Amino acid sequence: MHATASLNLSADVLVIGGGLAGTWAAVAAARQGARVVLSEKGYCGTSGVTATAGPGHWWVPPEQRQAAIDKRLASAAGLADGRWMARTLDSTWHTLPSLDRLYGFPVDDHGIKQYRALRGPEYMRSMRRLASEHGVTLLDHSPALELLRDDAGALAGARGLQRQAGRGWEVRAPAVVMATGGCAFHSLLLGSRNNTGDGYLMGVEAGAELSGMEFSAYYCIAPAGSTMTRSMVYTFGRYFDASGRELDIPQGPAFNYALARALLEGPVSCRLDRIPAAIRERLRYVQPNLMLPFDRSGIDPFRDTFPVTLHGEGTIRGVGGLRLIDDHCQTLVPGLFAAGDAASRESVTGAISGGGAVNSSWALSSGQWAGQGAALHARRQPAVRPGQRLLGSATVGLLPLGDERHASTALVEAIHNEMHPYDKNLVRSGGQLQRSLAQLDNTWDRLQQQTHARDPAAVLRWRETAAMLATARWCYSSAVQRNESRGLHQRSDAPGQSAAFDVHLRSAGIDTPWVRHDAVKSSREVPA
Amino acid sequence: MIELIFTDRCSGCGECVAACPSDVLALGSEGHPVIARQAECQTCFMCELYCASDALYVHPDCEKPVSLDPDQVLGSGLLGQYRRDSGWDEWAADPRYDNQHWRMEEIFALARASKG
Ligand SMILES: Cc1cc2nc3c(=O)[nH]c(=O)nc-3n(C[C@H](O)[C@H](O)[C@H](O)COP(=O)(O)OP(=O)(O)OC[C@H]3O[C@@H](n4cnc5c(N)ncnc54)[C@H](O)[C@@H]3O)c2cc1C
Ligand code: SF4
Ligand code: SF4
Repeated sequence: MHATASLNLSADVLVIGGGLAGTWAAVAAARQGARVVLSEKGYCGTSGVTATAGPGHWWVPPEQRQAAIDKRLASAAGLADGRWMARTLDSTWHTLPSLDRLYGFPVDDHGIKQYRALRGPEYMRSMRRLASEHGVTLLDHSPALELLRDDAGALAGARGLQRQAGRGWEVRAPAVVMATGGCAFHSLLLGSRNNTGDGYLMGVEAGAELSGMEFSAYYCIAPAGSTMTRSMVYTFGRYFDASGRELDIPQGPAFNYALARALLEGPVSCRLDRIPAAIRERLRYVQPNLMLPFDRSGIDPFRDTFPVTLHGEGTIRGVGGLRLIDDHCQTLVPGLFAAGDAASRESVTGAISGGGAVNSSWALSSGQWAGQGAALHARRQPAVRPGQRLLGSATVGLLPLGDERHASTALVEAIHNEMHPYDKNLVRSGGQLQRSLAQLDNTWDRLQQQTHARDPAAVLRWRETAAMLATARWCYSSAVQRNESRGLHQRSDAPGQSAAFDVHLRSAGIDTPWVRHDAVKSSREVPA
Repeated sequence: MIELIFTDRCSGCGECVAACPSDVLALGSEGHPVIARQAECQTCFMCELYCASDALYVHPDCEKPVSLDPDQVLGSGLLGQYRRDSGWDEWAADPRYDNQHWRMEEIFALARASKG
């Protein structure tokens, strides 16, 4: 892929990733007058985990905000920051109603418009339209493969692949927003296949750091063999072991742990017979994809039991990501901004998952802040000269075309074997983390031995494999360092929270991952 | 995974090829999509949502391909189910398929209450 790109564009701001955060970033940058190009691996509108879900936002009226912040701060285990929460609540409250023209928010039985939770496909279809209306150049099926620098070392854009057009692309831009989502390590989590941690790897290669990567142990229930991780109905579930004995699986934060423990012992089945009849009939109009697996496998989930499983989410409803250093969501690399799940969400979620409300509000808010910041940065920066030769920053897994000796699938399987098992990731221990890291290091060596990729599709697969593997190593290197249990990070050999770990764990390093402890500096006062 | 394309229903509009986030489909020589890279399918059902002709069928098994009887699927009434229940296109004006997603909150509240 080192051949000359055949699609060459220049812009003020390049947004990488066209999910919730990326589309908001593109719109916000365009509103500042920037010329914006958005590169999306899949299709902007259907790709990413927003499009397949139904994100509920952190939608809180002004008079209830302080209480909401206090509650979140209390559960965030000391790692969050009330000021960022207040900013996020404020931006959510102002932003969502502005989408009414395109989304058409429904009214409830009392005629009151309901803004909090949106259907993913309609939400992302609206965001695609909004971006187009703002003149954003959308590049679909155009994954970014690496960031670019000019000869003075400044960030200068990115290059990638147009997989349907069968050619490369290069976008010259002095400011880039990384909005590539989280990384679920190719689990079967709904909508997550394109989210392979590419932005973490590209960012670190360019000089950025990560933060909070140890908080990467979230899982979600689904009917076994399906991707349908829509968890709402499972709060009504009754659970049974192989002999038909009913299991005690409590709702709330203990749910995943209890279910995982049961799954480690054998198959677990579920029945949804506690759902009231009136609701059963409504479910398909609340979440239209929820019933697809049942209807199509001939299961009546209200009467029959069906096997369930847990899919790993990695950093998606985890916390870790690129470390931000200012209110515009800039990373350590001047001109490189990060938003949504590609960024660390510690400032708004602390050590616990932001799923259910905070994450989408964060994506919508951080996207807009990053887009504005990128547009301002571009305004102060001279445009990247057209003739100038730019240097790629990829260091691993970006292979030239040629004779490919192995397929990347074996390496992906090796990553699975360390990142998905409940007794390795959900419930952790120092010894097991070390053993997993040794396996991941072996896999890293195998990756380094690859010299060529068969075709452009394989180029992308190898680069994604490198990103997943690098992400896995940052997650577990951080998890080894946090020798305590806090929030999503639970260690059987170190139960309980320890004041010695009231720190943020920063990480980076490609060949040799490193982790640094930084004291928590949070501004406790909250602007009214 | 995506399993079936009913070419006699397909208008050749190409929407599914564009909208599939995993680039599973390709336009074949007859002007209809073909399943070019089934192993890449992420079983997200988005192609069905974007096919106004209800010409595609995704089976919920995301781990392995299955063999299906196309006639049985045709007769099952499941084609176009997702698009209809979502109230897209010609279903948009039908009040039966109004977006009731906002009820999630009350459903969660009910679940918590029913546990006592
Ligand atoms: C099942 C489920 C339910 C959820 N429910 C809620 C909820 O109710 N409330 C809540 O707050 N949060 C919820 N979340 C979390 C929330 O959906 C995410 O936080 C949010 O979608 C993040 O948006 P994003 O734009 O960062 O990522 P995404 O929407 O995943 O978008 C990332 C995009 O980047 C693209 N991309 C990746 N790599 C590249 C590359 N190399 N080049 C170009 N493009 C690339 C991907 O294709 C994708 O389109 C849920 C998550 C899941 C999985
Ligand atoms: S189910 Fe999703 S990934 Fe599979 S073909 Fe359809 S759109 Fe593509
Ligand atoms: S979206 Fe439907 S009608 Fe259009 S090309 Fe695809 S299968 Fe055919």
